[in-house]
Amino acid sequence: MESLLTWLETQLADNSIFTLQTLSHYGAGLTTTVQLVFLSLIIGLIAAVPLAIGRGSRHAWIKWPIFAYTYVFRGTPLLIQLYLIYYGVVFVDGIQETWLWVILEDPFVPALIAFTLNTAAYTTEIFRGAIKSTSKGEIEAARAYGMSPRLTMRRIIIPSAFRRALPAYGNEVIFMLHASAIASVVTIMDLTGAARFVYARYYAPFEAFLFVAAIYLCLTFAILYFFRHLEKKLLAHLQPQTG
Amino acid sequence: MLDLHGYGPRLLEGAGVTLQLALLSLLLAVVLGLITASAKMSRNWFAHRIATLYTTVIRGVPDLVLMMLLFFGGQIGVNMITDWLYYQFDIDIFININEFIAGVVTIGLIFGAYMGETFRGAFMAVDNGQIEAGKAYGMSNSLVFRRVRFPQMMRHALPGLSNNWMVLLKTTALVSVIGLSDMVRVASEASKATREPFTFMIVVAIIYLLIASVSEWLFARLQKRYNIGYGEAD
Repeated sequence: MESLLTWLETQLADNSIFTLQTLSHYGAGLTTTVQLVFLSLIIGLIAAVPLAIGRGSRHAWIKWPIFAYTYVFRGTPLLIQLYLIYYGVVFVDGIQETWLWVILEDPFVPALIAFTLNTAAYTTEIFRGAIKSTSKGEIEAARAYGMSPRLTMRRIIIPSAFRRALPAYGNEVIFMLHASAIASVVTIMDLTGAARFVYARYYAPFEAFLFVAAIYLCLTFAILYFFRHLEKKLLAHLQPQTG
Repeated sequence: MLDLHGYGPRLLEGAGVTLQLALLSLLLAVVLGLITASAKMSRNWFAHRIATLYTTVIRGVPDLVLMMLLFFGGQIGVNMITDWLYYQFDIDIFININEFIAGVVTIGLIFGAYMGETFRGAFMAVDNGQIEAGKAYGMSNSLVFRRVRFPQMMRHALPGLSNNWMVLLKTTALVSVIGLSDMVRVASEASKATREPFTFMIVVAIIYLLIASVSEWLFARLQKRYNIGYGEAD
């Protein structure tokens, strides 16, 4: 490790912008971005499953609030949602004195809440579509086996809906990665935040933003590759048979 | 009742900026999308490569990063060109890239890539026999495009187009970050000044939802028009 660092330092010796220090900024930014995106996606995914099931409920008092939630969160810009939660939390009177402030002082938490709510709304609609497109025959077969609606949901509908939702969910993951750049607006030092810092420090927009664009591109390709691989494995039974 | 602390007119002005920005970028995106789609379908190897590179790179990088690159870098790039012109040819011009133009160009560029994919799929969905029939009637290539390919392509492209427009509309909020006074920026300034973020952000959210609902209705009407002769939309 030590020798690697010295090697890197000599490699970067005559580079005025990409010094070890700025690279460590980008490194820290990468960590923040990945944490933010990963956490919000996981929590959003967990929340989306019951929401998607509830969205198809027969009871109006379950169905309509969920519909209103997804409609509003999918119909307004994420930036507004972030501002609403970020400023909304900061400007609550007396919040600075309570224990909550210890958690909410860091802009990471409001950003995480906003991103989670946003991705949960999109994911709910993706699952909803996948659940709705379950073929009638599968459900009838489950009924014929004497499964209760609850068991049918758990054993038949959800597993196959998950698989059908996979391509759309892959898009949502990439969308979330790109949307996370907004976090830099509320002073979070994510990848874009690091690029803005380097830009402001050296007044070198091309270097700062092209470098970060390349990192995002690599991350996007990694996600694409991962989902393509997953699809190949999980959706193998839907592929056209050859040979 | 709703108290906007005198920010009402400015908020409305900001909404106007948002709408103008969205419509102009849509126009640019549609033009770029048509060019990209034809480049991707052309037999020219070079055009195909360039178009693929464009759509891949644009769709792999966050909008905000592209916007900052174009806004912060664009001015330096333009200055370099004008400086060079001045030293070489003694042409003294100054081009100032303002936030509005940077916003329109960036959003247009980004959604041009998405539109390209939408249009390509739609063009390919038009039956080849239709084009051959047009040619058999003695129509020129451009006439075939205008009377046969374009109207039929639109029928297939409209759902994707409407989707892209909805995403584009929400993307316009990002221009507030590079300093353009759209309604998001006005609302965020007002929130800080009055310490009432809920009032302003919710008003802006409602305006966005309103624009989205109106455009949904317009697209439904357009779809109906382009579906003439095909019965009910499937």
